[in-house]
Amino acid sequence: MIGIIDYGMGNLRSVEKAFAFLGHEVFVTSDVARLLSARAMVLPGVGAFGDAMRELQERNLVEPILQWVRDGRPFLGICLGCQLLFDASEESPGIGGLGIIPGEVVRFPNGVKVPHMGWNDLGFGKSHPILDGVKEGSFFYFVHSYYVRPKADEHILTVTDYGSRFASGVSSGKLVAFQFHPEKSSDTGLRLLDNFAGL
Amino acid sequence: MHCVRIIPCLDVDKGRVVKGINFVDIRDAGDPVELGAVYDAEGADELVFLDITASHEQRGLVFEMASHVAEKVFIPFTVGGGIRDADDIRRMLATGSDKISLNTAAVQNPQLIASSARRFGSQCVVIAIDAKMRSAEHWEVVIHGGRTPTGIDAIEWARKVESLGAGEILLTSMDRDGTKEGYDIPLTRAICEAVNLPVIASGGAGNLDHLADVISQTGADAVLAASIFHYGEYSIKEAKEFLADKGIPVRKTDA
Repeated sequence: MIGIIDYGMGNLRSVEKAFAFLGHEVFVTSDVARLLSARAMVLPGVGAFGDAMRELQERNLVEPILQWVRDGRPFLGICLGCQLLFDASEESPGIGGLGIIPGEVVRFPNGVKVPHMGWNDLGFGKSHPILDGVKEGSFFYFVHSYYVRPKADEHILTVTDYGSRFASGVSSGKLVAFQFHPEKSSDTGLRLLDNFAGL
Repeated sequence: MHCVRIIPCLDVDKGRVVKGINFVDIRDAGDPVELGAVYDAEGADELVFLDITASHEQRGLVFEMASHVAEKVFIPFTVGGGIRDADDIRRMLATGSDKISLNTAAVQNPQLIASSARRFGSQCVVIAIDAKMRSAEHWEVVIHGGRTPTGIDAIEWARKVESLGAGEILLTSMDRDGTKEGYDIPLTRAICEAVNLPVIASGGAGNLDHLADVISQTGADAVLAASIFHYGEYSIKEAKEFLADKGIPVRKTDA
């Protein structure tokens, strides 16, 4: 079972529908006990960094997520769910993130259109089973105004160019997170979700 | 490499796609799910469903349609037409739709843009601007499907929707819409220069040169077209190959 964390931030249905389409059992909940019964956990979400942290705290989800990741269990962050894994974001100064991956979230500089909206391709920073069957240079769908800047190169899974090069995917063991939306990236995106379900 | 998006637009009446879509191998030309899946397989980058349902009682059918599309189609899709308030937006996003497009409702109540962007995120708030030329370099916003002039300058309106938190502008030239004479280049360029938001050019596509022209001459991020794709004049794949040959970055689906 794949548990999708419902914390009141944006559109969770498309992630749920993508896993269901692939034939995986999936549920959406904010109930901690139910989430802990899952085999793999997904943190999606759109919206502001600070609001999202507050929603996670109000639902008592922060500590269970940290423990889950410490235990090395499969965890997927998508879009805002990727940014929340970091220490802090320029979007919401003074508010700490989950702090799982050292680094910060910063806004795209002037000179490029914001949000970065549309399809862009991936370069691979390292190999990982979640990328099985996905070719370097494949395209994925992005919508975001901020991007993650991991302190350590070892966490960079994929890179993408938009004005300059940024980390579009990060990982640490079975913790994987993408800035783009695999659930909206046609067949190649579905492949990533299927690979995640098998981690 | 950031790509230009090719977006087919499908008109929907009572939850069914209308305006004679003509593909080979389609079992049901009115089925939004089947058509969406075909366009996804062909390499369309996004889809726009425009609800033209006139009858108030049957407007709800578009929510059902969106929910079915989201079960089978895994590229972003926008639903527009007849969305009036925050509750409509919330319901539509809950179906799994990625974006909603606001037109008349945004003009009548600009605060709806700000409140939606705050509540649901800018990324899902597309503002559709229907513009009609009044003089050189001057275009007026029209609403109610082009029937009602507003007296609002399209460039000023684009700046305003950006400041209110819109995530994207879907710009339709009402002078070119349906003519197949090509996109309105001066209008599209003026709006692209006025805002730092992604702009989708719409209205007037009649051949593939028109797509290339508006992209290379204006800074539009995406092109929307209906009839050239629906009637099988060009496939999405042909359009992408044509643009790629001209040096325009497009998403290749065989990567």
